[in-house]
Amino acid sequence: MPTFVLAVSFGVLARSLDWGVVAPIAASTVVFSGSAQFALADVLGAGGSALAAIVAAVLVNARFAVMGVAIASTLEGGRLRRAFEAQATVDASWALANRGGGRFDRDILIGATLPQYAAWVGGTIVGVAAGDSIDPEALGLDVLFPAFFLGLLIEELRSGRQHIAAAGIAGALALVLIPFTPPGVPIIAACVGALIGLRRAR
Amino acid sequence: MTAVWTSIAVVAVANFVIKAAGPVLLGGRELPQVVVDVIALLAAAILTALVVVGTFSDDGRLNVDAQTAGVAVSGGAFLARLPMLAAVALGAATAAVLRAI
Repeated sequence: MPTFVLAVSFGVLARSLDWGVVAPIAASTVVFSGSAQFALADVLGAGGSALAAIVAAVLVNARFAVMGVAIASTLEGGRLRRAFEAQATVDASWALANRGGGRFDRDILIGATLPQYAAWVGGTIVGVAAGDSIDPEALGLDVLFPAFFLGLLIEELRSGRQHIAAAGIAGALALVLIPFTPPGVPIIAACVGALIGLRRAR
Repeated sequence: MTAVWTSIAVVAVANFVIKAAGPVLLGGRELPQVVVDVIALLAAAILTALVVVGTFSDDGRLNVDAQTAGVAVSGGAFLARLPMLAAVALGAATAAVLRAI
C-alpha cells in the first residue's frame, strides 16, 4: 500500500516535470526503485544534468550493494539465476527477510517483492493518468520526495554515530553549495565531503 | 527529454548490476569491513544531501516555505516512529494546508 501511493505520486510528479506518459512508466518498470527514481526526478527537476542525476541515483542505491552482500549466501542456483533473484532486493523486503545474525529467508525476500513490483508499476500508471488533473503543490506532493528520503535517512542514522557525523557534514556542505553551484553538484560534493570527514574522525 | 531517457536507461542497468554484484561475485564470501563501512556511510551522506537540496533549494537559491515546513513535520513523525506512509502524508497535508490559508 505505501508502495502504491508513493508510485502514484511519482507518476503525478514526473508528469508535472514534463516527463510525458511513457517515460515515468518505463522508469518504474525497468528501474523499480523509489529512491533512485525520486533522485532522478529531484536532480533533473531542479535543472541538473543527466550525469548529475545518474550519479545521485546510483549513489543513493549503493546501499543495495551492501544488502546484496548480506543475502549472497541465501540465494540459490548459478550466476544468472542469482543475478535475477538478487533483483528482489528492495528495502522493505530485505528488512522482512532478515532473520538476524546475518541469515536471510529467500522465499520471504522474493515473495514480498513480487506484489510490490505490481503495485509500483500499477501506481505509476495511475499517477501518470491522473497527472493533468492534479496540482502537485496544492496537495503538498512536493513534500513527498524529500520526506521519503528523510524517512530512509532517519533509519540510517539509527545505526550509529559515524552515520550521524557523515550526514552532518554532508548536510552542511550541500546547504553551503546550493547558491553557488548547478543543481546536482551539492549532492555529489556532499558525499565526497562526508568521506573526508569520516577519515578525519578515525 | 533525452536527459530523462538517458538517465532512466543508465540507472536501470546500474541498479541491476548493484543488486546482482554481491550474490554473483561473492557467493557466500564477505567483503572487507572497510568497504562495507564506506558504502553504508555513503547512503547516510547522499540521503542527507537529497533531503537538504529537495527541501531548501529552489532554482539554485536557498528557500524556506510551506514545503520546508511539511518536510519538517514528516521528520518529526518519523522520529516518533510513525509508519512511512503516515509520516509522509502528514508532511504533505501540512504543506497543502499552509498553502490554502
